[in-house]
Amino acid sequence: MVLTAHTSSEIAGDSAIRLRGVTKAYDGRGVALGPIDLDVQRGEFISLLGPSGCGKSTALRIVAGLIAPTSGEVNVAGRDASAQTGRAIGFVFQEPTLMPWASVRDNVRLPLTLSGISRFDADRRVDDALARVGLSEFGAAFPRELSGGMKMRVSLARALVTEPDVLLLDEPFAALDEITRFRLNNDLLTLWHSLGKTIVFVTHSVFESVYLSQRVVVMTARPGRSHAEIKIDVAGRDENFRTSAEYAAYCRQASLALAQASDMKAVS
Amino acid sequence: MSGVATDAARGVPLSRGVISRIVLPFVVLALSIFAWHLVVSVNNIPPYVLPGPALVAETLIQDWPILWSSLLTTLLTTFEGFIAAAVGGIALALLFSQSKWLERALLPYAVILQVTPVIAIAPLLLIYLPQQTAVVACAWIVAFFPVLSNTTLGLNSVDRNLAGLFKLYGASRWQTLRYLKLPAALPYTLGGLRIAGGLSLIGAVVAEIAAGSAGSGSGLAYRIAESGYRLNIPRMFAALLLLSVAGVVIYMALALVSHLLLRRWHESALRKES
Repeated sequence: MVLTAHTSSEIAGDSAIRLRGVTKAYDGRGVALGPIDLDVQRGEFISLLGPSGCGKSTALRIVAGLIAPTSGEVNVAGRDASAQTGRAIGFVFQEPTLMPWASVRDNVRLPLTLSGISRFDADRRVDDALARVGLSEFGAAFPRELSGGMKMRVSLARALVTEPDVLLLDEPFAALDEITRFRLNNDLLTLWHSLGKTIVFVTHSVFESVYLSQRVVVMTARPGRSHAEIKIDVAGRDENFRTSAEYAAYCRQASLALAQASDMKAVS
Repeated sequence: MSGVATDAARGVPLSRGVISRIVLPFVVLALSIFAWHLVVSVNNIPPYVLPGPALVAETLIQDWPILWSSLLTTLLTTFEGFIAAAVGGIALALLFSQSKWLERALLPYAVILQVTPVIAIAPLLLIYLPQQTAVVACAWIVAFFPVLSNTTLGLNSVDRNLAGLFKLYGASRWQTLRYLKLPAALPYTLGGLRIAGGLSLIGAVVAEIAAGSAGSGSGLAYRIAESGYRLNIPRMFAALLLLSVAGVVIYMALALVSHLLLRRWHESALRKES
């Protein structure tokens, strides 16, 4: 991994996430990802869209610092990703990934507990995070007592509780039913508007990516590379948008790009 | 009339559950005791071959002072062995989870201790250790392995994504242990402890019998051996009865502790959905 020192003027720009020539290779399984370049502006909402196993989750985990890239350069919020402490990043996994032995409150408080914040200070922030996802009354509940959608909300609250600059979501709503998914999509957009965080959303759903994000990055499979970028330039995102011709057109465009990206794998 | 009938019908599901779980075992117990009594009285079996249930009960009451103090001795040994097994098993599992090298170096010896029959080790331990220590050591040897292997399994069963989350938030080794690994391993450890409770009683009894043949001791197992030499068969039965009851009580106590600790979150402790 190439480490490059950046002067503060370089990172004072609006780039929240910057990947340059990032690759990930696994022993015996060849190159899974890249090389890929990616720039995400501060406050931007982008989606990584690609077929299953295209390395989009790998890319997200590299940004989070959960796995190290084989080569390339990763910058998140002006810092090298290998030096990340969780403060700057919130991560939501595909499953809720809650501790079954702990109450909702304790689950949401976990990131604060781990960074040594006193219970008194933490409690206010936990209340705040729970209120944001509409679960104020469920603090004492245990994860198994909640529905799938509610568990995902707890997971979201936990990611928000550190007030991170960047929110990374790895197919968070893939396992939910459609009604719940639509509702959480809207809630996520509301959160994004009110908090102004940078969001990277990984999904294999064309419709979800177009509905949510300002920019869709379509990825090829094995190795995962950026194939196309689609800017979704619309003002309001609500049920009207979801049923509009404009939305359908964007979806067709994204579907075509996704089909091309999948074919490229077959050719190579 | 019809009102009474429906009331009775409504009462059926509840009483059926009570019957099958509580009443049924006692009916079986009463029937077997009666059958035992019949066999002894009809065949005129002398008490030094097979004493009847009434005689056993009588002996239990008559010899209560001796049997009670012996029971306390055995239970104390069992308890010490169990505590040693719990502490030793969990501590070893934690050490193994922190260092693969240590696990590779020591695990074979833990297995050897486990597979060597304790009845064969007990006489040796009695030579080298003071008697009470040797007896506790025997209880420990039999009981610690299920705690060790179950806790190890639990520590290795941590959810990968949760482990990733702890890494993401920069958790220290201690924090990961305290907030993630130990709670995740708890149901497994409790399962191991439940087995260890019964096993430490077995270990204590085996060691007492070995020690008893060496000529001293006062536990229940020693009473059984001693009564055997004297052909005091009713007392053997009474002591055996006390041992079984002790084993059942130990198991139930540990099951209760396990239930209380897990009831809010673990599948094993939850009621079946109706």
